[in-house]
Amino acid sequence: MKNMKRTIALAAAATLAVGSLAACGNDEGSGDGEGSVYFLNWKPESEETYGEIAEKYTEETGVEVKVVTAASGTYEQTLQAEMTKSDAPTLFQINGPVGLVSWQNYAADLTETDFAKDLSDPGLALKGEDGKVYGVPLAVEGFGIIYNDAIMRDYFAMDGAKAASMDEINNFAKLKEVTDDMQARKADLGLDGVFASTSLATGEAWRWQTHLFNTPLYYEYEADGITDAEELKFSFNEEFKNIFDLYLTNSTVEQTLAPSKTVTDSMAEFATGKAAMVQNGNWAWSQISEVEGNSVAEEDIKFLPIYVGHEGEEKIGINVGTEAFMAVNKEASEADQQATIDFINWLFTDEDGMKYVTEDLGFIAPFKAFGDNTPSDPLAKEINRYITNDDLTAVPWVFTTMPSSKFKDDFAQLLAQYASGNLEWDAVVSGVVDNWATEKAAVGGN
Amino acid sequence: MQRSLKKYFPLFVLPTSAAFLIAFLAPFFIGLYLSFTKFTTITNAEWVGLQNYQRALDPNDGFLGSFWFTILVVVASVITVNLFAFTIAKLLTQKLRGTNIFRTIYFMPNLIGGIVLGYTWQSMINAVLANYGTTLVADWKYGYIGLIILVNWQQVGYMMVIYIAGLQNVPTELNEAAAIDGAGRWQTLRNVTIPMIMPTITICLFLTLSSSFKMFDQNLALTDGAPMDRTQMVALNIVKTMFSQIGRQGVGQAKAVLFVIVVVAIALIQLRATRSREVEA
Repeated sequence: MKNMKRTIALAAAATLAVGSLAACGNDEGSGDGEGSVYFLNWKPESEETYGEIAEKYTEETGVEVKVVTAASGTYEQTLQAEMTKSDAPTLFQINGPVGLVSWQNYAADLTETDFAKDLSDPGLALKGEDGKVYGVPLAVEGFGIIYNDAIMRDYFAMDGAKAASMDEINNFAKLKEVTDDMQARKADLGLDGVFASTSLATGEAWRWQTHLFNTPLYYEYEADGITDAEELKFSFNEEFKNIFDLYLTNSTVEQTLAPSKTVTDSMAEFATGKAAMVQNGNWAWSQISEVEGNSVAEEDIKFLPIYVGHEGEEKIGINVGTEAFMAVNKEASEADQQATIDFINWLFTDEDGMKYVTEDLGFIAPFKAFGDNTPSDPLAKEINRYITNDDLTAVPWVFTTMPSSKFKDDFAQLLAQYASGNLEWDAVVSGVVDNWATEKAAVGGN
Repeated sequence: MQRSLKKYFPLFVLPTSAAFLIAFLAPFFIGLYLSFTKFTTITNAEWVGLQNYQRALDPNDGFLGSFWFTILVVVASVITVNLFAFTIAKLLTQKLRGTNIFRTIYFMPNLIGGIVLGYTWQSMINAVLANYGTTLVADWKYGYIGLIILVNWQQVGYMMVIYIAGLQNVPTELNEAAAIDGAGRWQTLRNVTIPMIMPTITICLFLTLSSSFKMFDQNLALTDGAPMDRTQMVALNIVKTMFSQIGRQGVGQAKAVLFVIVVVAIALIQLRATRSREVEA
């Protein structure tokens, strides 16, 4: 009898202990055959909108949509952790071809999905080595040199201005002539400098090591007729130096101080009219419009392509592309995969979904269904103007082939040292070439 | 009593041992296993043997370099933090007005997170350096000195509290006796106070040692390794290998294992040292 009691007590205690542990685990699994969507979002700024979209979709179709947002800059970590759970994300982001290498085993073939077929330019899809579609962009973005038209008009009206209108600036030589002259007369124009500060603080250099680098990288790939390279030649490093030096010298700050400036600093300089130009993309609109003391009129914000002194660059448009591709988790159950595909189809073809995309998310969606529907901000309109201009070739985003964020970080540090005056340009070039080779080899597993 | 304790022992330790197993032992051994594999997520690991360790110790990798920099930081910060903390504690145990307010003030920086401190000091140092037309990342020595200042700012207050506790335990009779014997202030400090608070000193030394050895957020926020990874400490190097390089997660894991070995070694020495001091005191 005594033994009996003990056994029961033991069993009860054990159940309690196990039960309390099990409670930490997953208890909301979707056992039904309907399938559900788990979207691991990579844009913290869009978290609320995605929540609304999920609610709306559940309301309309009854399919559960769970949205989890990774904190800024931690997407890869979060994804690695979430993927190992039994309740893994069904919809996640891949960062271009290099990201596909690490997530290939998890990416489902999307070739036959409606949204992949609806892409306005099939070349935008992220394809694997087997030619199948594994990732589909959900927005195209564009970057170039943003300029303040009001300041430019003031300059063109001055005596001895080096140009009469923006149309004349269509190559590097002209851009340099005009900005050099503007820099010399900055006091008359009420500027601190033509270009907003070249932000090179740590973690703030992506406008140069990724975006600005895109243009010479594109020219190199074009010249060699390739789309990716194990070894970089950096053949057009002189072109990169041209424009980078121009940014540094005709700037609002001493070039040795550039390594302490952040992107927010330079966007604020532009928004308050202290600088006439800043290199950035359409996502910067909110940063310009929300700055206190903003003096730039909405209709005066325009894009200029990045001219670097390359032959024939008069025919070049701004840099348009995407680095974020949606992928569906192959390891998820069939029902969940189907539910996810249905959700994406709804978002990009249903009227309600499309409204969310253009108005609330502010995406320029690269799908035929959208037609001319673009967000109403001035920079998005500018991108549309450039995309629809058949005389200009848009520079695609080839920087997605850059080997790793370590490569980018090292590049940023090289540029910061160059700006500080501690490194010669040749050392920067050889550093970039070496790092590219090392990091590309690491991607391949060496 | 003894007998039934023995009998129910497994039951009583069950919750704790289960938690220990799940939250500590399992991750530790999974981590150890992963350091010998190539993986993206922990479920698709593939055995590669010692290759990861080879790559981690490759002189071109920067891991060994980050070890050297860490040692530089550790040596400087252990000395300065303890010197300042002891001095301030000594001053604040004198019978002066307002010592409690000062103790609170000195302790407060310890309550601020490392990331916040890092960014705050980054802008402050940059603002000072701007007068000389340069920035924090222009020279690795600036980052190094900045890091030492930051660590001092953050840890001096905490160490001070421990030193104050130690100093208050020194019997006043001893000080009086020393004074009667004609010992000066300096002699009292050297021959009475310091020997009496030796256990405290040991604790403080090892606390600063291990915390500056494992420093991460301050390093990340202040310089992020700039210039050219020359101010990169070990923890930061591991995280960067893991998350900003592609296909090197295994190498990052191998580095983490090596780091654990070093940290454990330090902890063992610390344990032995504190124990032997306890006996003496």
